[in-house]
Amino acid sequence: MTASPNPADHAGADTVWVEHTALIDRIPRWVAMLGLAAVVILIWDLATARMGWVSPIILPSPGETLTDLIFVGQNLVSGGYMLTALWTTTRTVFWAFLIAIAIGFSLGVLVGETKFGERAVMPYLVAIDTMPKVAFAPLFIAWLGFDIASKVALAAFIATFPIVVSTAAGLYSASENERMLFKSIGASRLQTLVQLKLPTGLPHIFTGLKIAAVGVMAGAITGEFLGGGQGFGALIRQSASTLDTPRVFALILYLSLLGLALFFSVAWLQRRLVFWNKAEKLGGVT
Amino acid sequence: MTMAEPRPMTADEVAPARPVYEIARLSKTYARNRLTALTDVNLTLHKGEFVSVVGSSGCGKSTLLKIMSGLMPPTTGRVVLEGKPVTGPRDDIGMMFQQATLLPWKTTVENIVLPIGIRQGRAAAQAAIPRATELLRLVGLGDFANVYPGELSGGMAQRASICRMLISNPAVLLLDEPFSALDELTRDFMNMELQRICAEQKSTAFLVTHSLAEAVILSDRILVMKPRPGRIVEEIVIDLPRPRTLEMINTPGFGEIVAHIRDLLGKEAFE
Repeated sequence: MTASPNPADHAGADTVWVEHTALIDRIPRWVAMLGLAAVVILIWDLATARMGWVSPIILPSPGETLTDLIFVGQNLVSGGYMLTALWTTTRTVFWAFLIAIAIGFSLGVLVGETKFGERAVMPYLVAIDTMPKVAFAPLFIAWLGFDIASKVALAAFIATFPIVVSTAAGLYSASENERMLFKSIGASRLQTLVQLKLPTGLPHIFTGLKIAAVGVMAGAITGEFLGGGQGFGALIRQSASTLDTPRVFALILYLSLLGLALFFSVAWLQRRLVFWNKAEKLGGVT
Repeated sequence: MTMAEPRPMTADEVAPARPVYEIARLSKTYARNRLTALTDVNLTLHKGEFVSVVGSSGCGKSTLLKIMSGLMPPTTGRVVLEGKPVTGPRDDIGMMFQQATLLPWKTTVENIVLPIGIRQGRAAAQAAIPRATELLRLVGLGDFANVYPGELSGGMAQRASICRMLISNPAVLLLDEPFSALDELTRDFMNMELQRICAEQKSTAFLVTHSLAEAVILSDRILVMKPRPGRIVEEIVIDLPRPRTLEMINTPGFGEIVAHIRDLLGKEAFE
């Protein structure tokens, strides 16, 4: 053997090298999340309470926000007027989501299953979907009044389209082989739809439902901003108009709990129903 | 003993077996592009016979299989199974595809009774579960009845799809390159399993394949097809003794048959 290019590489030695692992892979997820939150709050605190770089009307300090969070929390727990408002918004969101699912799913099946739906109905849906749907709010108020109905209509209107598109796409997702199998065993169109296309499309449909869950929240709050009424959106607008920024922040945080609850209900249902789809387990967030 | 030598006829074989599937003067023309996919195809499958069709892509063998399975009407000709013309999918036709196509939300045994459930309803499917379990035992999947297909390997999934094909006691098995998606070792093993199952069930089978060796090892007869227009150019009787074994692939007789088919297909197969 001639001289080795690497002096350490003498005959018989083990080959030693260590694969680099990023720091983020070695710390638990919750530590990373809490760490990030701590840093953000620290900078926030510095910028507002400590240094006064930002006016409290623009951005309240973490302390002020916490005080208001506790105040709003007490009001909610003791069944005060804020709980009534939250309940109004919850009802709006609930009904809007149900209506959006019913209409969106029906239209999705029409578009995904029939040539008529695909050729004649879909172009109109695409056209309406490209419109800024919030612009329809004044119309809904004119038609349905300042009560909860106009907010339900706007929220459902916004949330319907992702469900239509995902249902139709889901129905297309059965493979050529699976369709041929069903044809060869003499399955009727309805049997193929119910026993093949719908189950195959469930992962798609749930993706649409998650997008709709976010949309329905946005729709309900927008409706309450524009149409007044008794909901949480109206409370936020009132607080904002009196420059009570800490209250706005506190209300938004509680409102986000409603959105999270809705989103995770859908995700939970998905895990229960689409148990075979391993891809959904990747990422871990949903 | 040499493989290609004629063997003595047994009592069973002296009387010709009953015809199961009869096709005469079959042709198929696609109106859209006026392509003649099949012309003047004549073939008869007898009870218990295993017949393969080989040919290059575009020779019409897939079209032939689709017509035989009732998924597509012929343009002209006679297509008759068990004395009744084939005018659509039928429950006495069993089909197997390149992919196992098991539904991932049903357990293996539920997948196997799917054809029964579609044709006769849920109660009949429930009643067929003991028979499905028995079929699973036949293909060596006895312990996997209540497992979801996501946990089966490719070969196991195809064995389950064999059971799904057999559950309705079909008069004929139509096999569309059933093991071509499997690795070679699994494929050899599955071919031997298929031979065993067909022998036990006394099945009449029709196999479409790209693999000449697979066709020779499994078949009693091979039909060689050529394209433009799709037609049967030769019928080769394989008189290797049964049961066939993988070792036969290495015998001169086997090699001669494969070489002969390769010559017939000529360069077309590689175009």
